[in-house]
Amino acid sequence: MSVHAKSNPLKAYIFVWIALLVGTFLTYRVALIDLGPFNPVIALAIATTKALLVALFFMHLRHANERLLKLVVISTIFFLGILLFLTLTDYVSRPWTITSLAWFM
Amino acid sequence: MPDSTAAVSTSAHDDVHSPALLHHFATPEQQRNSASFGMWIFLGTEVMFFGGLFCAYLIYRRWYFADFAAASASIDVKMGAINTAVLICSSLTVVLAIWGAELRNRALMIGMLLLTMLFGLTFLGIKGIEYKQKFDEHHVPGASFNFEHEEVPSQPGHYANAYHAQIFFALYFIMTGLHALHMVVGLGIFTWLLIMAWKGRFTPEYHTPLEIGGLYWHFVDIVWIYLFPLLYLIDRHK
Repeated sequence: MSVHAKSNPLKAYIFVWIALLVGTFLTYRVALIDLGPFNPVIALAIATTKALLVALFFMHLRHANERLLKLVVISTIFFLGILLFLTLTDYVSRPWTITSLAWFM
Repeated sequence: MPDSTAAVSTSAHDDVHSPALLHHFATPEQQRNSASFGMWIFLGTEVMFFGGLFCAYLIYRRWYFADFAAASASIDVKMGAINTAVLICSSLTVVLAIWGAELRNRALMIGMLLLTMLFGLTFLGIKGIEYKQKFDEHHVPGASFNFEHEEVPSQPGHYANAYHAQIFFALYFIMTGLHALHMVVGLGIFTWLLIMAWKGRFTPEYHTPLEIGGLYWHFVDIVWIYLFPLLYLIDRHK
């Protein structure tokens, strides 16, 4: 249950570390290719994958089974979602400026 | 199970337990979970704190995309990429330091704590060089700000609006500056952890401060993981 009882975590740590470095390199290389509106989408997808790897493996959320901890993590993501998503739906769906032709472009 | 000893004796204080177990906790497990829970709540407030800045960034990026792209093209992507790698390496050394404590391996724990701080200082040093470049180029928002005749990357012949570019740089300095401030605080925390580790306070049974400090460090790493593509990689393709 706790991280103390685990056997050798070194392999997982090294694997995650390499995956994070590869992800960083990939983010940079993909940014050089013109994918139109998908450039920021892919960049954020890679960033979120990296953030999840850090949270699950390095911050040990993978082994977290206390309900209170889950509640805190899920509500943090939920309220961040409200902040970003609801604000942006407003800005995206209303013609605030003439430059609002395409989302993220 | 470290708390199995506590179950043997039910009387209040005569049972043998870790000197690190505070009296208002029943078991080391409960104490550890409480500390971790408190740290995650703090990180939740930190997410919302940075979230407001990310939200402002997204709105302005949408409004002034071409100007943001031109301003983003002026910052050094190699420095940003190297710094991302440096922070990722520092996150690895943090988990290895905790692993060292779990193994009762003092050399591994202290060595990895020192490496973490070295990576942290490297990050701040590279950030300092980047800031110096921006000061030299007059890209710092304020009276001497200058961003005239800077082409928009995907539109040759079009120049970026300097006022809009200034908003990008304001967000760039506030977001990276706030992140750098978190790094400085992290280095302070790790100095304290290093002293505690040096004094032999951490055992396989008790090293909660290392875990809590590590959570903070990883969070700061995650913030940078998002800052790098959002600030450095707008419309970089040729």
